[in-house]
Amino acid sequence: MTTLSDPPKQQFRLSMLLYDTRYRSATIQVLAMFGFMLLAAWLISNAAQNLAALGKPISFSFFTESASYDINQRLLEYDSRDTHLRAALIGLLNTLVVAVLGCITATIIGVFVGILRLSSNWLVARIMTVYVEIFRNVPVLLWIVFAMAILIESLPSPRDFRGEDPAATMDMFGTVAITNRGVYIPEPLFTNSLGNLHIFGDSSLRFDISLDLVAVLAVLAASIFAMRKVAARAARIQEETGVRPKTWYIQLGILFVPLLTLLVALGFYLGYPELKGFNFTGGTHLRNSLIALWLALSLYTAAFIAEIVRGGILAISHGQTEAAAALGLRSGRIMRLVVLPQAMRVIIPPMISNYLNLTKNSSLAIAVGYMDITGTLGGITMNQTGRELECVLLLMLVYLAISLCISSVMNWYNKRMKLVER
Amino acid sequence: MKKSVLFGALTVASLAAGAAAAGTLDDVKARGKLNCGVVTGLAGFGAPDANGEWKGFDVAICRAVAAAVLGDASAVEFVPTTGKTRFTALASGEIDLLARNTTWTFSRDVDLKFDFIGVNYYDGQGFLVPKELGVSSAKELDGATVCIQTGTTTELNLADFFRVNNISYEPVPIETNAEGQQQYLAGACDAYTTDASGLAATRAAFEDPSAHVILPEIISKEPLGPLVRHGDNNWGDVVRWTLNALITAEELGVTSTNVSEIASNTENPEIRRLLGTEGTLGEMLGLDNEWAKRAILAGGNYGEVFAQNIGETTPIGLARGLNAQWTDGGLLYAPPFR
Ligand SMILES: N[C@@H](CCC(=O)N[C@@H](CS)C(=O)NCC(=O)O)C(=O)O
Repeated sequence: MTTLSDPPKQQFRLSMLLYDTRYRSATIQVLAMFGFMLLAAWLISNAAQNLAALGKPISFSFFTESASYDINQRLLEYDSRDTHLRAALIGLLNTLVVAVLGCITATIIGVFVGILRLSSNWLVARIMTVYVEIFRNVPVLLWIVFAMAILIESLPSPRDFRGEDPAATMDMFGTVAITNRGVYIPEPLFTNSLGNLHIFGDSSLRFDISLDLVAVLAVLAASIFAMRKVAARAARIQEETGVRPKTWYIQLGILFVPLLTLLVALGFYLGYPELKGFNFTGGTHLRNSLIALWLALSLYTAAFIAEIVRGGILAISHGQTEAAAALGLRSGRIMRLVVLPQAMRVIIPPMISNYLNLTKNSSLAIAVGYMDITGTLGGITMNQTGRELECVLLLMLVYLAISLCISSVMNWYNKRMKLVER
Repeated sequence: MKKSVLFGALTVASLAAGAAAAGTLDDVKARGKLNCGVVTGLAGFGAPDANGEWKGFDVAICRAVAAAVLGDASAVEFVPTTGKTRFTALASGEIDLLARNTTWTFSRDVDLKFDFIGVNYYDGQGFLVPKELGVSSAKELDGATVCIQTGTTTELNLADFFRVNNISYEPVPIETNAEGQQQYLAGACDAYTTDASGLAATRAAFEDPSAHVILPEIISKEPLGPLVRHGDNNWGDVVRWTLNALITAEELGVTSTNVSEIASNTENPEIRRLLGTEGTLGEMLGLDNEWAKRAILAGGNYGEVFAQNIGETTPIGLARGLNAQWTDGGLLYAPPFR
């Protein structure tokens, strides 16, 4: 049966690269790629040559030199004798802090506003519209500076807490001090602390892990695991007998008893801020640069998220809501159990780009003196060492890495939430 | 299509590379304008007045150089720079000259590849505090919150000072003097620190300057001076000798009011060389012989510039102190014009 003869073999000629549509596009792509690489190579060698001519060949040796400047907000221990590398690390952590805090609050506010914009209550819906329009139509830099100005100008300074009849007093039964230098809140302390685990010895990347925190987290994880076991057992019994056993007091017990026991064993107490000398000492200090940046970034991004959530909800057919109502669900549960889970699929992809925007916008931090990585590596370090190219390249690399991490986490989540097709 | 874009980009890039090679003096002459980096706004040192015209002690250097090179003290494009942006602006060629109370340090001179052409103000770092704080010495500032401009030497001195004295502080980094002033006046920081001259200028702009004191400690040496890019010695000479001309003019008693008269009838050979009635000093610089005369006419000699902008009769009220002529016990000592 295989009598089909081979088609006549066409001889390959060079001109076919250009005239044969089978090869042409590949030819063009190879040429363009080649040209692009030439251009890139030329730019790089040009930059390297010019820098060498200036007497500033590319070098990262400044990283091991002492930074000589102080940073006010530091999650790891740092002083001015530490290296530029460590200063950059402190800045990176500050960037991550504000980015994570911002993404969380922006999501919470955004989801609420997005849902409330669809409210049947005219006033509520209108207020939310005004919020969205005001926030997304003014540049975020202005919101950051504005938030900072309000904090600085309207709150009392620590001096006002002094004296017989002070102009300002502490809030929350004297445990929280709200000043124009930031908010001081109580901090958790332990009398029988387990101490810290030092990692990386004396190097620039050294850090400490609080064993107390590890212990608390471990106990919490174990409790949650046990609670899920109990819940699973209750579900099984319900399946068999139709009656779900009451487990809430067991659940509560599992959650709190081990945790409280641990805290008591560690000698847990709260350290309250108190006015000493020029400033409040003790407690945790949330600087107003952090608060202003956090607030402005959250409120600004939340306006965009609200629109995404609203769009996502509107994308779900109204029939779903009606069907759920027909089953006797109340409106809160309809939103939570029926509409939102489906809307998530529409909401998540554009949400990723908002998280990325928030993270990148956090580089405006220096406007309020928040020492993020742009302020340390791309600011003071760059200025004191004169290594513009190196610092900017590294900075770009860092933001790229953070963005790629956020994207991959969100993409993974998106995959999980995707409609499972049969 | 793709290719032409590519070659276009290539030619633009190579043109840009070629342009930077010519001498700064020729560039300025060809442009007819001097690009001068100054502060964003510091009364007395550099700030636009009510008519939008830049005035100040550092600004006067820009004007003197423009007058010497271009014959027109107003042929200056002022480029406001912050402590952080100033060096990039100079290194990239955006400005020809930086006159922005910048401290002459080893690393800026050697590592950042700039040339300081002299010192126009001998300064030191101080602290400004509200009187009501009751602080009389910087060593009492343990635990204080201090406002500090980023990208400055003062930021580094501050860290060293507190470290050496084994006391703690909380730095509040700020970008511009205006921001520092806002935070300080609102009580968001207890003290403001920078060059003592800058503190005096900042305090002068307060509603009630008498409610604030500058603490007695001067914690560093801050020789402030104009700077240019390293490597263009010709241009460096022009700026250096313009500053020297202003200083020498004061020493020799040549002022903006008597310069024309003195130029024609003095017998003092150094004045004659300075003002170009004798010798060819101007030509050696690549300028004409009246260059120094024009520089002095632009805003007066060093003493006049000082008195007009930051002297004791101005609200800033700085005494000459270290910045008096060497003949009066100060540090100003210009090399001879010969
Ligand atoms: N001399 C120091 C500090 C110079 C400096 O930045 N001073 C401030 C405070 S007086 C200033 O001039 N600010 C004016 C502005 O913000 O434009 C240095 O060179 O690093």
